[in-house]
Amino acid sequence: MSAETIQSRREWLLSDRPASRLQARLGRAYVAWRRFSANRLALVGMLIIIALLVVAAFADVLAPYSPTVGDLKNARLLPPGAAHWFGTDDLGRDIYSRIVYGARWTLYVVILVAIIAAPIGLLVGTIAGYAGGWTDTILMRITDIFLAFPKLVLALAFVAALGPGIENAVLAIAITSWPPYARIARAETLTVRNSDYIKAVQLMGASPFRIVLRHIMPLCISSLIIRVTLDMAGIILTAAGLGFLGLGAQPPLPEWGAMIASGRRFILDQWWVAAAPGAAILIVSLGFNLLGDGLRDALDPRSGDQ
Amino acid sequence: MSVAENQAAAGRGSARAVAILSSLGRFLVIAVTTYLGLLAVTFFIGRVIPIDPVLAVLGDRAPTAVVERTRREMGLDLPWIEQFYLYVKAALRGDFGTSVLTTNPVMSDIRRVFPATIELATLGTIIGAVIGVPLGVLAAVKRGSLIDQVARIVGLIGYSVPIFWLGLLGLVLFYAKLQWIAFPARLDVVFEYTFTPITGFYLLDAAIQGQWDVFYDAWRHIVLPAALLGYLSLAYISRMTRSFMLNELAQEYIVAARAKGLSESRIIWGHALRNAAVPMVTVIALSYANLLEGSVLTETVFSWPGIGLYITNSLQNADMNAVLGGTIAIGSVFIAINLFSDLLYRLLDPRTKAG
Amino acid sequence: MSDTLLDVDDLRVTFPTRTGLVQAVRGVSFSLGRERLGIVGESGSGKSQTGRAIMGLTPPQAEVSAKKLAFDGIDLLSISPRERRALRGNRIAMILQDPKYSLDPVMTIGRQIVETLRTHEKVSKAEARERALAMLQAVQIRDPARVFDLYPHEVSGGMGQRAMIAMMLVTGPELMIADEPTSALDVTVQLDVLKILDKLVAERGMGLIFISHDLRLVSSFCDRVVVMYAGKVVEQIKASELRDAQHPYTRGLLNCMPRVGFERHPLPVLDRKPEWAA
Ligand SMILES: Nc1ncnc2c1ncn2[C@@H]1O[C@H](COP(=O)(O)OP(=O)(O)OP(=O)(O)O)[C@@H](O)[C@H]1O
Ligand SMILES: [Mg+2]
Repeated sequence: MSAETIQSRREWLLSDRPASRLQARLGRAYVAWRRFSANRLALVGMLIIIALLVVAAFADVLAPYSPTVGDLKNARLLPPGAAHWFGTDDLGRDIYSRIVYGARWTLYVVILVAIIAAPIGLLVGTIAGYAGGWTDTILMRITDIFLAFPKLVLALAFVAALGPGIENAVLAIAITSWPPYARIARAETLTVRNSDYIKAVQLMGASPFRIVLRHIMPLCISSLIIRVTLDMAGIILTAAGLGFLGLGAQPPLPEWGAMIASGRRFILDQWWVAAAPGAAILIVSLGFNLLGDGLRDALDPRSGDQ
Repeated sequence: MSVAENQAAAGRGSARAVAILSSLGRFLVIAVTTYLGLLAVTFFIGRVIPIDPVLAVLGDRAPTAVVERTRREMGLDLPWIEQFYLYVKAALRGDFGTSVLTTNPVMSDIRRVFPATIELATLGTIIGAVIGVPLGVLAAVKRGSLIDQVARIVGLIGYSVPIFWLGLLGLVLFYAKLQWIAFPARLDVVFEYTFTPITGFYLLDAAIQGQWDVFYDAWRHIVLPAALLGYLSLAYISRMTRSFMLNELAQEYIVAARAKGLSESRIIWGHALRNAAVPMVTVIALSYANLLEGSVLTETVFSWPGIGLYITNSLQNADMNAVLGGTIAIGSVFIAINLFSDLLYRLLDPRTKAG
Repeated sequence: MSDTLLDVDDLRVTFPTRTGLVQAVRGVSFSLGRERLGIVGESGSGKSQTGRAIMGLTPPQAEVSAKKLAFDGIDLLSISPRERRALRGNRIAMILQDPKYSLDPVMTIGRQIVETLRTHEKVSKAEARERALAMLQAVQIRDPARVFDLYPHEVSGGMGQRAMIAMMLVTGPELMIADEPTSALDVTVQLDVLKILDKLVAERGMGLIFISHDLRLVSSFCDRVVVMYAGKVVEQIKASELRDAQHPYTRGLLNCMPRVGFERHPLPVLDRKPEWAA
């Protein structure tokens, strides 16, 4: 590609008279991308998340040992070295391999929580915003009540009743994390509810159900994605906390929080057992936070300050 | 002042009082519904989710007679709504049942352990605010500078680090290697028997009684967990302070203050921060509430005998009454702090009129 | 020339922006005695930046340069920031456009006035209060003691702007820069505030720089008028001779003013030529 074609392509993207909807959309995406990629920390965040995805996808290739079966006889609690990069745990399992496989469980948790909690919040928020009146009051009161709860403690209580396990942990976290999404969706809905565009759709006789589903929900998606990305770190930390307390993933799953819990017993002498999984959690959470910040600054220039 | 002016001032005062009272009324309504919501959720967790709530409360080793009696006491044969009514009534009396683990009423257990948590969270918030506010102010004033970058990274790591892990590493470093701090507990065993707490806040109690050896020992135990919680709240407080300050520093009244010839420090601390202080109060209160919650994991790591450790111990022993009682306790304080901070906001901001 | 209060020669203010340097002020020159000078020009012509450069309130990222920028013989660009600050609010004062945003919302009006005074003069609290009350009286606030304890949101816009004037004049400055002091006010109180300002300026023998985009207001209120366009002075003229203005841009501004008794169709459009800015 010559410099000239790149130049003309850029002009096409940045044209202030886009010829098609696609061109306008691509142009906007391009501007957002330029703003995003100018933020070095955001790029670092994106790289971390890409690395997480890659590691999770190719865990079988990347991990030299089994994540669940260890060499009890010869490889118990070995310090980091050439054979075991991050050392081994009390069951002789390679910690590096467990962390690599743990990436899958981290993704499993954040994705499941997101696809449970975000739609609930979206539904509650758009319905409340579009319907208004009593529906709005009641739904938002419920949302506020959930917002006023301590999330981790509530998740603990839920898991206590549901029984420990990673699925129940996901459920408990999802139940406690939808309210902010509902608030965001409602706020977005309120800004478009009285727009001419929605009025026009109403005049054409679309049902409220269809309007909310086809015309309002799509408008809430981008701010919701930013918020979900920013929440990912919190979700990971909560899941790890539950795992640490023995309420999330159960052994022998290589979940990072549970790995820290099992390393706790040897923390004073074999610190590496707990150190590596904690560092993994820190890095991935940091990645999501950086990415979320960058997305927010790029897509929502109003809040570009912090 | 003349009589008329006095009256005018009094009139303003009472208008303000009315405004505060009316918002107080609204807050009471919110407080009550939120508290009922909390009870509804714990009721749901304790009575609806488990297949046999009695078993969930007593464990599976209780004798049949006890099981039957408890079943009747809990009103499990009644319709849901009546059960809930009884549940709320009991909760309002402070009756959360008996803990299987300690065999005490849950409420008396909570009373015993709560001061430890409050002490920890309070110290953590103080650390967080004392460092976080100036850090946020400096980051905003010197926007884009090295200190701004550092504050940002420090904050981001605070948002991203698993606190229980940081606590474990802290123990390795400061307790095992450097021996700067004492082992995980609230006091050395020596003092456990000689020291009689008054308020339950050991630092305070030791200071009141002039037992400085106890004070020092208590300090050596609390300093690391409090510093960790302080770091969490610092991350949040400094970030919010920065954003509030940036917002204030862009206002016209800052230009006016410069035009008056005020010094930069007077402008920053006397005008911008005073304006930012109004929302800051909410942030600090919220971070305090978050620390109460954060204490669950921290207390577990540091064997800190507070509500968090109480809940996790009960969890491990399937002591459902204790878990839910603890949840309600933390939830209530959480709700109270939320409401209180809102109220304080209104009191501090001269612009908030009635409604 | 002991008469000259302010001497501005080739003042330039340059902002670095993402798209390059923006020259907000490009070589403005004028001098001012104890008189009333109006600066007019359309939005973005650099009026406010000129005023702020004189005050020393240019944003830190911007660059200010001038062959000469002297106040009462003091070279403003060479003195230390501390000395500059001592002048600000003391001998040179500035009134901003909108009292709603220019007064600190969480501080009472009285305290804000006292603050200016005590920053520049060593006076006791009681004396500062007395002088603040007297100043409030001077800007024709009928009930100074009451207003003293009010917060800015508790007073009307006109009252707020008077409080602002009081806050800035309490130290008895020699030069006052008023940046559109009445544009944010109700038409009905605009004239009141202007009269108060006019009276105080006359009484105290201050120099005044009155920034506005309203040529008629400026011509009736000032002795001399500087017309700015795109960061440059295109014409300097006595207010009384404005009718004979030569520059086409000034004539354009004049023509845009509605006059009673003349039906004009179509409404005139302000002419802009790049060569005026050159
Ligand atoms: N912070 C800044 N960064 C970059 N450019 C600026 C900045 N502030 C002002 N400018 C530029 O300076 C020019 C002059 O601005 P100024 O505020 O002096 O105009 P003005 O004549 O007062 O207009 P108005 O009547 O709207 O107040 C503007 O065109 C603007 O582009
Ligand atoms: Mg201006």
